[in-house]
Amino acid sequence: MRYVIIGNSTAAVGAVEGIRKNDLEGEIIIISKEPYHVYSRPLISYLLYGKTDEERMKYRSKDFYDTMNCKAILGREAVKIDDAKKEVHLDDGEVLNYDKLLVATGSLPFVPPMEGLDGVHKRFSFMSLDDAKKVESAISSNSKVLIIGAGLIGLKCAEGISKRVESITVVDLADRILSSILDRDGAEIVKSHMEKRNIKFILNTKVETFANNEAVLSNGEKVEFDVLVLAVGVIPNTGLIKEINGKINRGIVVDEFCQTSIPDIFAAGDCCESFDITMEQNKVLALLPNAYMQGECAGINMAGGKKEYGKAIPMNAISFFGLHIITAGSYIGEVFSKSNGENYKKLFVKDGLLKGYIMIGDIEKAGIYTSLIREKTPLCDIDFELVLQSPGLMAFTRKDRKKILGGVVNEY
Amino acid sequence: MKRVYVNEQWCLGCHLCEYYCAFANSNETDMVKALKDIVIHPRIQIEQKDNISFAVSCRHCEEPLCVKGCITGALSINEGVISVDQNKCIGCFTCILCCPYGAISAGDESIIQKCELCTNNKHGSPHCVKGCPNNAIVFEER
Ligand SMILES: Cc1cc2nc3c(=O)[nH]c(=O)nc-3n(C[C@H](O)[C@H](O)[C@H](O)COP(=O)(O)OP(=O)(O)OC[C@H]3O[C@@H](n4cnc5c(N)ncnc54)[C@H](O)[C@@H]3O)c2cc1C
Repeated sequence: MRYVIIGNSTAAVGAVEGIRKNDLEGEIIIISKEPYHVYSRPLISYLLYGKTDEERMKYRSKDFYDTMNCKAILGREAVKIDDAKKEVHLDDGEVLNYDKLLVATGSLPFVPPMEGLDGVHKRFSFMSLDDAKKVESAISSNSKVLIIGAGLIGLKCAEGISKRVESITVVDLADRILSSILDRDGAEIVKSHMEKRNIKFILNTKVETFANNEAVLSNGEKVEFDVLVLAVGVIPNTGLIKEINGKINRGIVVDEFCQTSIPDIFAAGDCCESFDITMEQNKVLALLPNAYMQGECAGINMAGGKKEYGKAIPMNAISFFGLHIITAGSYIGEVFSKSNGENYKKLFVKDGLLKGYIMIGDIEKAGIYTSLIREKTPLCDIDFELVLQSPGLMAFTRKDRKKILGGVVNEY
Repeated sequence: MKRVYVNEQWCLGCHLCEYYCAFANSNETDMVKALKDIVIHPRIQIEQKDNISFAVSCRHCEEPLCVKGCITGALSINEGVISVDQNKCIGCFTCILCCPYGAISAGDESIIQKCELCTNNKHGSPHCVKGCPNNAIVFEER
């Protein structure tokens, strides 16, 4: 049996570990454009901040490929899949046969057309270790940095370089920062926290044109800059599957076993869609825990197991300058708020189930809420008032707790 | 594998497990010295309300969401024990987002801390259990 995996990041690692649960013998070949040992992508901002280094960024230990008995072909791109012949073609002409193939190609940066963009020399995305290295060598203590996009990636970049540049301006079309995970009030808290660190926001605004080192905004304002970071958003990297007419919506479409519409080809991670149980619809969940779990599930199935990928929800933990934010699920239904001082919390309840939550500041035991969402725990079975106030196992009945804390542990 | 299990009906809410935990993870040899004048941040924590109390610490799940979700690879399973590589953790708290038991908490130096069944300190087996006067927590195979 030969497994081929395109991609060498979180979903790929999940798949390798999933395959090895069922098959210790089969040959595994990993292909990646990036010439690095598998690293943690979210850490690129921490690298610039000085909180980690390339060695500690390794997502798995140095001997990972050896202990997992797989071969990594790094620094090479898969340019074509021939599903009839079950082959993957690499950029240097090499052809690899597969029995089972996983596409774990991740995200690509989305760059909307903007006039004059091509004339900007110091212009970067912030998606990879190489991007981080390029940004690092472009900035200096008197750089004026303009970041387009106040999403997770743009703001993480802002934090990462904050101590190393003169000024940072973030421009976004949305009316608030972090619009994919925060409501208006929550976003305001994080925004003023970041403004104290000298990060300037211009919202409800887009760049009309770039002229030399000046951006002209839709509100008429002009922003001078010398380094530009484009972090408008990410899109699933679906090209290889599209070319062979595999089913694609916004991301690669997979079934509950992580299989694409093409026989023996699986997909996992940012490049494909997951079934979000809070909205009951397919969605691209471009988040690391999802990539791992989907990858692992794909791996188990590639190796002859039968495992359904269920319970997927959006879920995110992130921090900016020491302010922690944890969010999960969807913000639908009735809202229950509990905020005091610096701490902000909102729970969203629909049809007697917790559907989503936002916590800023005090994020202790957030996982209790995540679990209520994932397990679809009927809120009438627990003490909701209590759990709203402070998440904990106290909200469960004694009988349930006996199972939870006294029982045999086999949770997923 | 042996784990810490809770017998809720025996818990007195005395919090001794928390103190034993804090001591065990302090690397001090004298318990009084280790705990004098400090606010403890134990890895086992009592939940308490009215006349109910019980201790919560890592369950060492076989399919741990914290490990699967860890964005840095700092969390891993070693012979059944879920441990954190403090050198790799950057304190994003994705594990706190993931843990269904609320058993992982923010530790010192803005990274996380969790129960490693005292395999990471000189005690070698759960010190909290040794400190429990009423068998409300036990370390056993089930
Ligand atoms: C700055 C930043 C911060 C983030 N922070 C967080 C966070 O805090 N929490 C969180 O949950 N998520 C975060 N994310 C998202 C997280 O990194 C992704 O969800 C995760 O990396 C997805 O993993 P993946 O394996 O699906 O794909 P990716 O990590 O995108 O990896 C895809 C891999 O495929 C390779 N590849 C693609 N096409 C080819 C080809 N044709 N041939 C060969 N190789 C190919 C690429 O080189 C790459 O190695 C962050 C992302 C960024 C960029």
